[in-house]
Amino acid sequence: MPEHSQSGALAHHFETYDQQREASSLGMWLFLVTEIMFFGGFFLAYIVYRSSFPEDFAIASHQLDVTLGAINTAVLIASSLTMAMAVRASQLAQRKAVVGFLIATMIFGGVFLGIKAVEYSAKFEHHLVPGPNFELHAEGANGEHAEGFDVGHAEMFFNFYFGMTGLHAAHMVIGIGLLIWLCFPAWKGRFNADYHNPVEVVGLYWHFVDIIWIFLFPLLYLIGFHVGH
Amino acid sequence: MSLHVESKRNFFLVFGALMVLTMLTVYVAYFDFGAWNNVVAMAIAVAKASLVVLIFMGVRHSSPLTKLVVIGALLWMVFMVGLTLTDYETRGFLGVLGK
Repeated sequence: MPEHSQSGALAHHFETYDQQREASSLGMWLFLVTEIMFFGGFFLAYIVYRSSFPEDFAIASHQLDVTLGAINTAVLIASSLTMAMAVRASQLAQRKAVVGFLIATMIFGGVFLGIKAVEYSAKFEHHLVPGPNFELHAEGANGEHAEGFDVGHAEMFFNFYFGMTGLHAAHMVIGIGLLIWLCFPAWKGRFNADYHNPVEVVGLYWHFVDIIWIFLFPLLYLIGFHVGH
Repeated sequence: MSLHVESKRNFFLVFGALMVLTMLTVYVAYFDFGAWNNVVAMAIAVAKASLVVLIFMGVRHSSPLTKLVVIGALLWMVFMVGLTLTDYETRGFLGVLGK
């Protein structure tokens, strides 16, 4: 017999809350699989180009700000912690804690996007945005012009940089929108051990976006870092 | 699957481990290991991603079906990258007749 709840959050096509939760998190994982494929194509193209032009990509990668990238990694990991805590609080029906952790996650997400904006504007100022104004003068170890450097390959690196970080940032913006949306039912105390699926599912999405950055940071910022140090 | 609420302690331990691994990946980037730089950086990234998937996303307490989906996705990525690189990385190993 189906369970009956006070909140009426059990959809009629499910037998139990366990089954309902299982279905929603499995469905979210299936969506995340398509997201892995979506980003996966980008990662694969980047790996192929980078292995084809390792020196030019290393020189282009040097233009990125590793300090800001590392700070952003830490900020995003902190946001994942608060997101995990928000899911936990929703399971324990701690109404105010859920809202607090959701807002903290939004703030960390906002800080991430703010730092990203600072980085992007610096790239515009330094003529590192692919297009007619792209300029990059590579210098070798002794200050002379680097031999065999092809500026087109460096431009290709920045195509990947803006494409991949831009797609990632778009996911962050959507994630923050979802967090705002979650605050309303959370504030009304709709979530408990039986029903917290929306928080759980948005949490999975947020952690997925964190994982994408965990791979983007070393691939984009740290390649060939040792060359200039 | 019955609900499993992860302890706060585990969340903070994972957070600490992720921070340490982030510092480690920046630190090792200062050294020149040749091709091993990529291997080390990717190994650290995979370790970090595994912690997020298993603890933050709670997959270690998920149903077998969810685990299967997660492993399937990773396996597919490995196929896609692995098989593509067997092409790109081995071009030029053998001469082409008539060239």
